[in-house]
Amino acid sequence: MNALSQQKSAIAGTAPAVRIRDLRKSYGALEVLKGVSLDAHDGEVVSILGSSGSGKSTMLRCVNMLETPTAGEVSIGGETIRMKQTRSGSLPADTRQVDRLRARIGMVFQGFNLWSHKTVLENVIEAPIYVQGRSRAECVEEARELLSKVGISSKAHDYPSRLSGGQQQRAAIARALAQRPHVMLFDEPTSALDPELVGEVLKVMRTLAQEGRTMLVVTHEMGFAQEVSNKVIFLHKGIVAEEGTPAEVFGATCSEHFRRFLAR
Amino acid sequence: MDFSFMLSAFLRLLPGIPLTLQLAVISIALGITLALFLALLRLSRIKPLEWMARAYVFVFRSTPLLVQIFLVYYGPGQFPALRHSILWPILREPYWCAIIALALNTGAYGSEIIRGGLQSVPHGQVEAARAFGMGRLQIFGRIVLPLAVRQALPAYGNEIILMVKATALGSVITLMEVTGLAAKMISETYRAIEVFVVAGCIYLVINFLVTRLIQLVEHWLSPHLRSAPISTGFEKKVAA
Repeated sequence: MNALSQQKSAIAGTAPAVRIRDLRKSYGALEVLKGVSLDAHDGEVVSILGSSGSGKSTMLRCVNMLETPTAGEVSIGGETIRMKQTRSGSLPADTRQVDRLRARIGMVFQGFNLWSHKTVLENVIEAPIYVQGRSRAECVEEARELLSKVGISSKAHDYPSRLSGGQQQRAAIARALAQRPHVMLFDEPTSALDPELVGEVLKVMRTLAQEGRTMLVVTHEMGFAQEVSNKVIFLHKGIVAEEGTPAEVFGATCSEHFRRFLAR
Repeated sequence: MDFSFMLSAFLRLLPGIPLTLQLAVISIALGITLALFLALLRLSRIKPLEWMARAYVFVFRSTPLLVQIFLVYYGPGQFPALRHSILWPILREPYWCAIIALALNTGAYGSEIIRGGLQSVPHGQVEAARAFGMGRLQIFGRIVLPLAVRQALPAYGNEIILMVKATALGSVITLMEVTGLAAKMISETYRAIEVFVVAGCIYLVINFLVTRLIQLVEHWLSPHLRSAPISTGFEKKVAA
């Protein structure tokens, strides 16, 4: 199915869902990203691997401008985010463009980041109602479906603090899905979880991948990267050191760096 | 103690309660608005605005409220320009002078409380709102402020109670609120203890009610903090 949708977009000549070109990011003198590029087509699952400090989260966070790149280009669905140069560095030229694009990019954070003063259901319907301007009744109905999809419909009226980490992360995934996103970004979604709770979150993510959703996943879960993704990229010291299908990257020809990374 | 005298004192002081409450409610309402404004200036990351807010808070927190009340009450009359301005009908009224001074004062304290609340909002929750495409105003109104208010409320409750008591200073600029009436009654009867005990009790009751009200609002606003009972680690031992 993924291959099919990829083919379709190739035939139609549509732009990749996410396109990153020569992305650079510096914090002061420290250059975290030294020119990375990536194409994620519709329906593709791209896993971004790398040791801590390799710049993988920074790269992901540049896609929706939570981090502003120092240089380079990010396009979402063929629309390039316009940047301007200011004294304090490079910034998006049009915050409304960024907000509009963000509204259709679902993001799942390492620390869940659910809004703690809202119930699970309120978390899920917040952006659809107040950003996308959809009707409350419609959003509530869809939210209930999404919550049952991620297996926490009984928690709809609980506050996030009452949920386990795994449940919170699944709620966060439902919240991201409620935006009807074109692309979903996962920033180490299981890294803050107790080991026994990782499985339930990965299971939901596998389901989403099977549905043919476009996903960019920063992860340390090698099993997930190998089995679920269509494409794997390995970042090392701010550059793309490996790129290809899981079979290629995890195969026998992989680089010294990557082997050392896997051996850890 | 002479209880029948205390009862008559109570009945004499009772009419002062509405004025006490008015001074408190109006100055707190104005003060909160000012406090929010000052807190936003303070966190604006625009240096001149930040310093203005800092200076304001420094001046109003570091000088006695009584002095501030005197300045507002006696000060403007010294300037003919003010005496002939459209503000004069307000500035010549001790009622409004007390409210202005109280509001300016509580604004300074309140801004520090609100600033603490705003700064306590977890960065990740703001980031999530940004990632979902919410605009700045939406993020402030729907995420940051509600979380900040919940965080600041217990401390603000304290400030509200202090303000109820501070209205007593209105008596020194001729206002006949509870303390003003009490002082007047003492000057007629020379029975300070009974009258002040009664006056103190009235403040006690008002603040008891205010405290309960604040608790109620806190309870209503923070269902998310009433999470499952905190595990003490003792349950398992009992079970075992």
